[in-house]
Amino acid sequence: MRRRLIFVLPALVFLALAAAFYAGLDRDPQLVPSALIGKPVPQFALPALLDGNDGLKTADLKGKVVLVNVFASWCVPCRAEHPLLMRLAKEGVELDGINYKDKPEDAKLWLTNLGDPYKRIGCDLEGTVGIDWGVYGVPETFVIDRAGTIRFKQVGPLTPDVINDTIVPLVRKLSK
Amino acid sequence: MIAEIGHFALALALCVALVQASVPLSGAARGNGALMALARPAAQAQFVLVLIAFLALMYAFASSDFSVFVVAENSHSTMPLVYKLAGVWGNHEGSMVLWVLILTLFGAGVATFGGNLPPTLQARVLSVQAMIGAGFFAFILFTSDPLARVLPPPADGRGLNPLLQDPGLASHPPMLYLGYVGFSMAFSFAVAALIEGRVDAAWARWVRPWTLAAWCALTLGIAMGSWWAYYTLGWGGFWFWDPVENASFMPWLAGTALLHSAIVVEKRDALKSWTILLAILTFSLSLIGTFLVRSGVLTSVHAFATDPRRGVFILLLLVVAIGGSLLLYALRAPALQPSGLFAPVSREAALVLNNLLLASAAATVLIGTLYPLFLDAIGGPKISVGAPYFNLTFTPLMAPLLLAVVVGPFLTWKRADLLGALQRLWVAALAALAAALITLYLHSGGPLLAVLGMGLAAWLVVGAFVELAERIKLLRAPWRESWQRARNLPRANYGMAFAHAGLGFTLAGIIAMTAWKVELIQVMHPGETVPLAGLSVRLDRVEPHMGPNFEGRRAAFTVSRDGRFVAAVFPEKRNFPVAGQDTTETAIHTLGIADIYAVLGDSDGKGGWTVRLYYNPLAPFIWFGAVVMVFGGLISLSDRRYRVGAPARRRLPAGVATAPGD
Amino acid sequence: MMRLLAFQLVVLLALLASPVLAVQPSEMLADPKLEARARSISEELRCLVCQNQSIDESDADLAHDLRVLLRARLLAGDSDAQAIKYIVDRYGQFVLLKPPVEPATYALWLSPLLLVLFGAAGIAVYLRRRRAQLEPAALSAAEEAELKRLIEEGGP
Repeated sequence: MRRRLIFVLPALVFLALAAAFYAGLDRDPQLVPSALIGKPVPQFALPALLDGNDGLKTADLKGKVVLVNVFASWCVPCRAEHPLLMRLAKEGVELDGINYKDKPEDAKLWLTNLGDPYKRIGCDLEGTVGIDWGVYGVPETFVIDRAGTIRFKQVGPLTPDVINDTIVPLVRKLSK
Repeated sequence: MIAEIGHFALALALCVALVQASVPLSGAARGNGALMALARPAAQAQFVLVLIAFLALMYAFASSDFSVFVVAENSHSTMPLVYKLAGVWGNHEGSMVLWVLILTLFGAGVATFGGNLPPTLQARVLSVQAMIGAGFFAFILFTSDPLARVLPPPADGRGLNPLLQDPGLASHPPMLYLGYVGFSMAFSFAVAALIEGRVDAAWARWVRPWTLAAWCALTLGIAMGSWWAYYTLGWGGFWFWDPVENASFMPWLAGTALLHSAIVVEKRDALKSWTILLAILTFSLSLIGTFLVRSGVLTSVHAFATDPRRGVFILLLLVVAIGGSLLLYALRAPALQPSGLFAPVSREAALVLNNLLLASAAATVLIGTLYPLFLDAIGGPKISVGAPYFNLTFTPLMAPLLLAVVVGPFLTWKRADLLGALQRLWVAALAALAAALITLYLHSGGPLLAVLGMGLAAWLVVGAFVELAERIKLLRAPWRESWQRARNLPRANYGMAFAHAGLGFTLAGIIAMTAWKVELIQVMHPGETVPLAGLSVRLDRVEPHMGPNFEGRRAAFTVSRDGRFVAAVFPEKRNFPVAGQDTTETAIHTLGIADIYAVLGDSDGKGGWTVRLYYNPLAPFIWFGAVVMVFGGLISLSDRRYRVGAPARRRLPAGVATAPGD
Repeated sequence: MMRLLAFQLVVLLALLASPVLAVQPSEMLADPKLEARARSISEELRCLVCQNQSIDESDADLAHDLRVLLRARLLAGDSDAQAIKYIVDRYGQFVLLKPPVEPATYALWLSPLLLVLFGAAGIAVYLRRRRAQLEPAALSAAEEAELKRLIEEGGP
């Protein structure tokens, strides 16, 4: 009997493998989970994009629940998620922006054409601050709580599902 | 119209496959000769039908018929004809047609040239082969139709990825598929043997030529892929442990183990159950590779466009084919006649060691490739397993194997004298020492492992031919006798010598490239000269250069040593307007024992150009070694013992008690 | 539609993977030792927007940024481990092409050794069992004595 068990082993190992394959089919192998979840917002200070505004720095992100959106005018998916950002801003969610590796004139034009949902915008010309945030593509969106801790990161454009199922409930929970 | 004919041929092939999968099998179970005899013409018909479909697809590409969807997606009217044709397999759908073409080719091969197989075995083998075919025909017809039309047809196609417009890459897939789809034959033989309930020396004899042919093709295919990467990717890298490379390497490792364990089955009637399992696993690795590349489960530079629906279908095929065959193994293998004994030091033991290390290496590569997926699936952290891991784990597994490769052929069956064998290898040991010392002299600062590695390479090459010299009693008998022995020596012996020697050459190339490559990256202006590993390289000029579907710039370098001209190399940078992509054409001049490798970069806007110059020691040996290995394999394949009918099955006199499973 | 998107993705990714030069002369450090360290660390860091390439091999923008960052850290006096930690703190362990040795990866790192050991053990056990099956069992002392007695007593 024990002898027979050995012969079954390959089939069992394969079954486990097939199960792993099946689980892997709807996972994205390229998706990099954020290393900063649960950690404080990095120390940074970025100059303003639009004249007369203040730019964006670490202290601005403490004291209330904030969404930080990394965007650029050359980024096509950013255009796709833009209406959702406008809607979020209209509903009273505080939204700050980091303009990533962009030309300020191009970014200004883009915001003029599409609308400006951001309370504050910081200009990260070289992408160095983006690296501190663990940014590897645009767009990316972070949810920050009152204490200035990063609680969630969305890689890629926002979708109605992500907003309704994850972001809005999280913001509500953190705002209590 | 032609596309529709091809389409219909595929549908017909599915029907034929379904018939071939069931009828001969039931015929074999009942001993019905007529039903069994259906297998041969069915297998041949399947091949002809798939060939028709393949040629129809090729015609669509050659004539730039953009009403066929895959042609519109992957071709363009301005492409040179040879790349239009290569475009047939440069995409997922077309490559699947190539896949089944090779599958049915092997099936037709066994049907046509397998006359010496007993009818029941042949019927079962072809049935199993047809089952695989049926699964893949269904996959093609229902999820990846290569001949689907798109109406209205676009005016022109999207063009083939410029990376694929290259002779090396164009020819690499057919060779690769010939290899890893070819292992389906060993799989079919194994499953047929399990159904029959019998594995013996004759079975091993019949399986070996098909496995060897597939192995030769796969070795060549992997070598071509590696060579392509070397001359295209611009920094002389030739192996990256990318999942798709691993997907072709794992069947190669398992296939090599299979070739060796089949020898034990044939000569000593031992290791039967293990050999059957290995035959199943080798093709299973090919199937898993096919799944990995097309399902989106892993990231890879090679991956085809992915579609989860296809992924599920292939996974289903995997579960049925691999799960089914392993289940059959679990049920039937215990009944196989257990084998004879052998001493811990014997040729059988050496071959068992070979299998242990090769199988462990294949398993290690599999584990490394799949670990991130596995960890992610059970909710663990997301990690990467890249080249550093594989280099650290694969090398220690291979080193003892390579040492043993030379000693194995000197050991006798059943019980051997290790010391005696080693003593006969003193020439090889001397050569190894000499190589290590020469290396130390040439590269005194070099890594110790590299010095030892070069010694190992010399051990392999010299040791392989020492074995031949032993057999023909070179220098120990009169020349005439040696010559006579050499002429009568079975070809398989020569094959083995060349195959093992080839391994040594490849090893030498890999070590030299890893340890002593010289790289120079800098900005050069026309007229400037830079030193490179004892040579002088001068940039003469950079000028514009146009092609049929690209525009670019070409640089002219002159390489000289001590004032004497050595070579002129012309690297280019090309831009393909249709695909909107840039490629870099490296310029390589081979000196035999090294490559001079030049790459042109961007202009710095001030008359200077970024250039990368490399001196790659022993790089050509890597692919030369692979060619020698394949040469050895082909010599073995031409051994008359395979072609002039394997021995008929041993008939037992009536009344003799048979062992269980007979 | 899916095919179209998938194709665009392939073209885009192929673009990222297209063979253009990676390390630029302008990035390279003046000190050859530091540069050598930077190169060897770069080979172990993944380019996150590419397909399985290291930042040393890739020409993507992010790879360039990370190469520059790495060299800046080395110039600032970081050891290899500190420079790597700086990047891992921001991007997570996924960026390491050589997986760290930790409980989650023990199975990974130990598997080659375990495979060989278990395989060898399995073979040894199998051979021993086969030998016992094929060779007649030795006689016990009592049986030996009985046999001797029978032989001495037997006879014509």
